[in-house]
Amino acid sequence: MQNPHYYHSHDLARFPEVGKNRPELAQKFFDWYGAVFADGALSAREKSLIALAVAHAVQCPYCIDAYSKDALEKGSDLDQMTEAVHVAAAIRGGASLVHGVQMRNHVDKVGM
Amino acid sequence: MSTKTPPSLLSRRSPLASPATQLETLRRLKLPREFDMALQEAGLHPLRPTRLDIFQMNLGKMCNQTCRHCHVDAGPDRREVMSRETMEQCLAALAKTAIPTVDLTGGAPEMNPHFRWLVEEVRRLGRHVMDRCNLTILETAPHADLPEFLARHRVEVVCSLPHYRALNTDKQRGEGVYEKSIRALKRLNALGYGDGQSGLRLVLVTNPVGAFLPGSQGSLEAEWKRELLRNHGIRFDALFALTNMPISRFLEWLEQSGNLEMYLERLVTAFNPAAARGVMCRNTLSVGWDGQLHDCDFNQMLELPVEASAPRHIRDFDLAKLDARTIVTDRHCFGCTAGAGSSCGGATT
Repeated sequence: MQNPHYYHSHDLARFPEVGKNRPELAQKFFDWYGAVFADGALSAREKSLIALAVAHAVQCPYCIDAYSKDALEKGSDLDQMTEAVHVAAAIRGGASLVHGVQMRNHVDKVGM
Repeated sequence: MSTKTPPSLLSRRSPLASPATQLETLRRLKLPREFDMALQEAGLHPLRPTRLDIFQMNLGKMCNQTCRHCHVDAGPDRREVMSRETMEQCLAALAKTAIPTVDLTGGAPEMNPHFRWLVEEVRRLGRHVMDRCNLTILETAPHADLPEFLARHRVEVVCSLPHYRALNTDKQRGEGVYEKSIRALKRLNALGYGDGQSGLRLVLVTNPVGAFLPGSQGSLEAEWKRELLRNHGIRFDALFALTNMPISRFLEWLEQSGNLEMYLERLVTAFNPAAARGVMCRNTLSVGWDGQLHDCDFNQMLELPVEASAPRHIRDFDLAKLDARTIVTDRHCFGCTAGAGSSCGGATT
């Protein structure tokens, strides 16, 4: 097989190619994306940390590469970035665990 | 990465202590284009001065720190310092002009034994003085009263502090530097520096702690002002976000960490014509510790003198000839033209 992996780091730079078909849709996405990350009520640095955390939650290797670099460029340090990843992990872990209540409801209903 | 910084390239007898080896290392890389080509496309070739606004004097390579990214390869082992005679030649040149600002840099410029005399003389000429201060020098015994001296002479203090938290500051500048820097900033604040009203201007300078470009200067400044005030009660006037120049000790780190090619490519692809128009070599003259003239502090460290048609030593200063010169460039210049641009005065756009 020529290309045995699904993910390649060099593909990140090819992201704009998704606009080759229906470019007007891609343009709307990239314009909106740019606006989302501009300084606003949240700083660009805070938004970059949120993006880094979400990248871990959705486990997107492209996003993790991109926002590890972006967070550093925006002025975050490794302590702050690590805390952001823990936030993502805590929500993921908590989301699983809170479903334990659903499990308990079911057991309460059918169990003796 | 540890927070213990290595000694100077010179003291380790590293081949990269030689400016020629640094230039060869950069010239060996395969890059998408040369700096001259980028200037041509931006309509800026050949690069010429605009108006000389800043007279930058490098008072020597001696420093109490050995920062990991230092483009000067400064350190406690360096003995090159500007003599009083060279300073007198600088003052004579200044007196013949109306150049408004004198920018004192090093090493730690304050370690030059004639530093205070020079500041007094430049102020006597009515020029604005900037001191590029590493902050920790203010915490050493021989310089304990320096903040008061600087305030008395209305010197603008431009301080290096790579991050508003300890982790990255100590990684780049050495163990314990953050704590001492915060103490020094508080002392400067107590004298009125950074309060926005006293006229005592306090500027912080940040460089990325790694192989990436600095973020938006305006955004970083807002963040830094908030965090330094919240965590330490510290105020300052402005933040300059500078790109690390791929020469000297930062070049060594780039090579050793396997980031050299990627970093240079990043600088080349991020070439910004608007940033190139505002680079410091167009309005600054850089005088070396030995009186040699250069287009900027980086060219000085690479031992690239101003072009031969212009005077090459401060004793031969001739403003008209310097104004007519072409600026000497090479591959390292991509460091000043990437992204928002970078010069001793921060972003250039």
